[in-house]
Amino acid sequence: MTTNSTITLKIDGVQISVPEGTTILKAAKNNGILIPTLCDLEGLTPYGGCRLCLVEVTGSPKLFPACTTPANSGMEVTTNSERLKNYRKMAIQMLMSERVHICAVCVANDHCELQALANQLGVDHVAFERNFTREPIDSSHGFLVIDRNRCILCTRCIRVCDKIEGVHTLDLKKRSKNTEVIMDLDEFWGDSCSCTGCRKCAKVCPVGAIYIEGEAITQTKNRDVAEFITARRNRK
Amino acid sequence: MATNDIRRTQLERVLKKHNYQESALLEILHSAQEIYGYLDRNLLMDIAGSLNLPPSHVYGVTTFYSFFKMKKPGQHIVTACLGTACYVKGVEQIVAAIEKEFNLKRGGSTADGKLSLLFTRCIGACAMAPAVVLDDQVIGKATKEIVIEKIKNVLEGTKDESV
Repeated sequence: MTTNSTITLKIDGVQISVPEGTTILKAAKNNGILIPTLCDLEGLTPYGGCRLCLVEVTGSPKLFPACTTPANSGMEVTTNSERLKNYRKMAIQMLMSERVHICAVCVANDHCELQALANQLGVDHVAFERNFTREPIDSSHGFLVIDRNRCILCTRCIRVCDKIEGVHTLDLKKRSKNTEVIMDLDEFWGDSCSCTGCRKCAKVCPVGAIYIEGEAITQTKNRDVAEFITARRNRK
Repeated sequence: MATNDIRRTQLERVLKKHNYQESALLEILHSAQEIYGYLDRNLLMDIAGSLNLPPSHVYGVTTFYSFFKMKKPGQHIVTACLGTACYVKGVEQIVAAIEKEFNLKRGGSTADGKLSLLFTRCIGACAMAPAVVLDDQVIGKATKEIVIEKIKNVLEGTKDESV
């Protein structure tokens, strides 16, 4: 929980003061230093799954995920070294090789955070053998469609469904490479008893895994929706 | 699921013991599997309802742990050890022979529900590799002939439960 005390740390050589309890990611962002992220989304609980926001902290050989590590007084953080760049490129390649990520035939082409980050980091090839999954697409719902082959398991949809919409229709099943996003008891989306059809999962999906049938992707994607709602939720 | 089912009463007792707390989900799933033998969808929905948990969360937890079974297991269970020692000593051939002889798939059961074929990672009997466990009995230094004969013996004493 945030208290009133302020702490001071150095990020990329810049002296920064933030309230205690702020994460490194937020501290950097508030001061104009952008750390790449995929799973983190303003307004949702930090997850720390994508490992793209890893940063170096002087004095520790370990890398820290900026989205879940609280800033500490006197910390010296590096957000953009050669080593971090390599790790981030590697993380993107692993995400790309895990399932089917072919931009040319994807509904979210040009509106995809994975694609944008790959471009930004200069990932021009995937060095790992690609695992082309063949999960059936679930379009049983009236307008929401999920293509699990494009899913990067960032759990944004699950967190937005749980925290913002409050129904927790979505969750993960199984583990490791068999992990999938499910609705209720692994039902077809159309049979789900708890889904309210609020579309927020499609809005926050960083890739083209959840989309709305017959709607332009530019219209669907609204990744600020979580921040917008949480910022107003605790209003008295 | 009938409410006058004795197993449901037992489950209710477990739920009460844990005061219907959502944090006791794992213990409750354990007990439920002990009571019912496996966790089917109705049961998971029932537990989710009793604990006021989202069904997707209960399903996620259940499928995360390989200990929980969602399919009805056979009356007899043969478990092959896939640990390194057993693997090197050729447990794979034994498994293939069982599959062929009893016409079942790995991880599944026979059509009459009498036999299930499951796997485990090392039962700590590496000196007796390859090891196969039939119900509670460990068969060490197993060959396909011995295993198949033992399974047949066990199956012979089984009454037909398909009625």
